[in-house]
Amino acid sequence: MSHYVVPPSVYVKAAIALAVLMALTIFAAFIDMGSMNPVVAMTISVAKAVVIVLFFMNVKYSSRLTWVFVGGGFFWLIILFGMLMPDYVSRDWQHQGQPWAVTQQQAPAHTPEAPAPQP
Amino acid sequence: MEQQTESAILGMWLFLAQEIMFFGGLFAAYLVYRFKYPEAWAAGSEELNITLGAFNTVVLLVSSLTMAMSVHAAQTGKQKRLISFLFLTLALGLTFLVVKYFEYKAKWEHHLVPGSNFVIHSKMFPDVDQAHSQLFFVLYFFMTGMHALHMVIGAGLLIWLIVLAYKNYFTPQRFMKVELVGFYWHFVDIVWVFLFPLLYLVHRHV
Repeated sequence: MSHYVVPPSVYVKAAIALAVLMALTIFAAFIDMGSMNPVVAMTISVAKAVVIVLFFMNVKYSSRLTWVFVGGGFFWLIILFGMLMPDYVSRDWQHQGQPWAVTQQQAPAHTPEAPAPQP
Repeated sequence: MEQQTESAILGMWLFLAQEIMFFGGLFAAYLVYRFKYPEAWAAGSEELNITLGAFNTVVLLVSSLTMAMSVHAAQTGKQKRLISFLFLTLALGLTFLVVKYFEYKAKWEHHLVPGSNFVIHSKMFPDVDQAHSQLFFVLYFFMTGMHALHMVIGAGLLIWLIVLAYKNYFTPQRFMKVELVGFYWHFVDIVWVFLFPLLYLVHRHV
């Protein structure tokens, strides 16, 4: 057996799981969770991507070398976002206060005024 | 034979890795500007048709299932099943593109295509910055457009597979072409899995 033939029942189960997750992501979008909304949405999307990669793309039944190639492909994204976001999020802190506080309109205006320049 | 199969799969994953880099860059641009202009993102997302977006998500999900089924049919040498599943996948892919066309058409009529005629009237954010909203739609059209281009290429590959299947090319020993096009098709589905919540579901809870 040179190649594992995945039974169709696996594909059907994966599709059902994806349908449930898709319904969940729409449902979650209409609940107000504040800044957690995008986090929940992305968590569900990552879960869907994992289901697709493991079962539809047969990676679960593939060799270890394939796992390395797949992992390398996605690890790049962690490098990209992991290094990009700390930079953007932490820019201009001294001038604009906290960016996550500004994004919520109902947030109280506790952003301190910039100190007057010392003569 | 086993080594051939393995190297074909690894080669395909290398190709997909650079596709991940390509779309990753677009998602990075999206993320940076969403942090910068959250209001424009919420207002722009409000203009998108969530029903059509969800419908297309289901269409792609089912097409991924039929694609996986055609791989199985090819592996087990079921010629007729293979052809019908390939046709089904192609039909679903084309359905996605037709729906996308009507979505684009509506954006054009609502003056939401970036350019000199762009104007957004947001009920929720009446004072939203026009230029920043335009940026949302630049990314919307570029990201969904690139995704749609991948769908068109995928449809072409499916037609190629159907022609080969009619010529009885595929056997239980020779099915790698179906499997690798399947990888590509599922990857395009994964891109949409992220595009849908990021574009259509930004600020729905008010």
